[in-house]
Amino acid sequence: MFSYLIKRILWMVPMLIGISLISFFIMHLAPGDVTSSEASFNPRASEESRQKLRELYNLDKPVIIQYGLWVKRIVQLDFGNSFASHQKPVLWERKDKSGNITKGLIQESLPITLMINLIGIFIIFSISIVLGSLSAISQNTWIDRSITLFVFVGFAIPGFWLALLLMYWTGVSNQWLPISGLHSPGFESLSSFGQFTDLLKHLILPVSISSLSGLAGISLYVRNGMLDILHQDFITTARSKGLEEIKVVFIHALKNAVLPLITIVGLSIPGLIGGSVIAESIFAIPGMGKLFYDSVLMRDFPVIMGILTIGSVLTLIGNLLADIGYAWADPRVRKGLVK
Amino acid sequence: MSIFLKNPLAMSGLIIILAILILALIAPFIAPYDPNFINIESILLPPSIIHLMGTDGLGRDVFSRMLYGAQISLLVGFVAVGIATIIGVILGSLAGFYRGWVDSLIMRFVDIMLSIPTFFLILAVIAFLTPSIWNIMIVIGLTSWMGVTRLVRAEFFSLRQREYVLAAETMGSNHFSIIMKHLLPNSLTPIIVSSVLGIASAVLVESGLSFLGLGVQAPTASWGNILTDGKEYIQFAWWLSLFPGLAILITVLGYNLLGEGLRDVLDPKNKN
Repeated sequence: MFSYLIKRILWMVPMLIGISLISFFIMHLAPGDVTSSEASFNPRASEESRQKLRELYNLDKPVIIQYGLWVKRIVQLDFGNSFASHQKPVLWERKDKSGNITKGLIQESLPITLMINLIGIFIIFSISIVLGSLSAISQNTWIDRSITLFVFVGFAIPGFWLALLLMYWTGVSNQWLPISGLHSPGFESLSSFGQFTDLLKHLILPVSISSLSGLAGISLYVRNGMLDILHQDFITTARSKGLEEIKVVFIHALKNAVLPLITIVGLSIPGLIGGSVIAESIFAIPGMGKLFYDSVLMRDFPVIMGILTIGSVLTLIGNLLADIGYAWADPRVRKGLVK
Repeated sequence: MSIFLKNPLAMSGLIIILAILILALIAPFIAPYDPNFINIESILLPPSIIHLMGTDGLGRDVFSRMLYGAQISLLVGFVAVGIATIIGVILGSLAGFYRGWVDSLIMRFVDIMLSIPTFFLILAVIAFLTPSIWNIMIVIGLTSWMGVTRLVRAEFFSLRQREYVLAAETMGSNHFSIIMKHLLPNSLTPIIVSSVLGIASAVLVESGLSFLGLGVQAPTASWGNILTDGKEYIQFAWWLSLFPGLAILITVLGYNLLGEGLRDVLDPKNKN
């Protein structure tokens, strides 16, 4: 187990190098380079921002040195300062001479995105395990068919459209739920319980939107996994030794169908993080997705590069945790029987 | 073929997609108005016989814009997935055929691409380039080939040691012709299924980008940007938000049904 862990962590090094290469390559997609005459036709790139880019990324030096200097800064977790947003640091807080602390943009927004996604993952799993197994044990009945219909529609419905409709229905015409931001005005003066319920109310819509397609996907996955397992020999054995059907399904089958989900969580992280762009910009939630979208609109390159890198690192960490979780949960892997 | 006709999933998907394809192709002939014709005398009219889906904030006929939007949606889906499939087939073939370090190299590249949040990657590229329909198709294509690569590689792994492939190799066929004649044709099923499902997600990504204002640019109509325009008027012009969203939903549903149906039909395990 321990040597597996070490090996797994070492694997992240070449991955990180690859990610940095791709991010660096994207930065060089800007027409010509940002200092060329082509870019000056781009009205969104002002002379001042081009000058800053030139300094920040050492664009006057050869490409290989540019990359080296950029990686050197990234390794020290220095992502520079935002062009917009009053020169706030991209990643982490900074203290100036008089002791004032300026918080980093990612530092402020990442916890919000993580919170929404963690709640989302929790909801996705609790509901889809129920839906998926229900669908599997009642295969080809109306229950199965309606769950399958839900799955297909859930896959196909554009999240931003559903968000608009829900926003209109629950927020504008009925005013049941707040439709923008994370807090109501006057949040500070509420009791801590009041603050909690206020936050919860603000989270209902964005969390539902960002978990819908995951919910559909995982339900289908659990259903197919259950169907596979219910036809295996050990289930027939369990049944023929007279075990109650409930125990067969919920103890023997479900355990095996749910195990692979640990890996799926890891794999779904990039999708969830990317998906937060739409949910957060519609509901005006100050998370990393909205920050990224705003930065794209303003061509705030240091923030774009910072979030791209941090988002990928998060995915790597998520995959690592999922692998460790899987290794820990599966006795075959834990005891080193399979690689 | 008869199994295909009997499969309700595949058939309903196919009918939906064909219907949209036909509507998109004949759009110039059946669109009652010029989709970009601004008429300030007919702003925000609700659906009626004259304007089947109403008019937008600039008095343009929404039905005509929806028809032309279908063209964009189909174009983006096919071109983006075409690019992704070509890259995926080439890299997957190389990895699956040559194995060894070629395979390791390609698969690590796949792993790296998979760990960068795709939507972030697409947005970042669009930020550095300018949003246009061609850039979007290329970017979606360049960021969604990893699944096909893995599929083709896995298929090749299982086909590589078959006797007819070994026989062809012994008889001195060159690598290219073994791949083209023996390996690829036998891997077509999963490639087709994943391409059809890939079109569904490309359509969703394009509409999402257009909705965010970073996709197809005005005045070209796309379902995503009709919806964005409609967002402003949602309180008193529901038709501007309802129809484009429904169109995206139905299209994506169609591709997903077709893809899943094809998987059932083409899977030899389901033949009996």
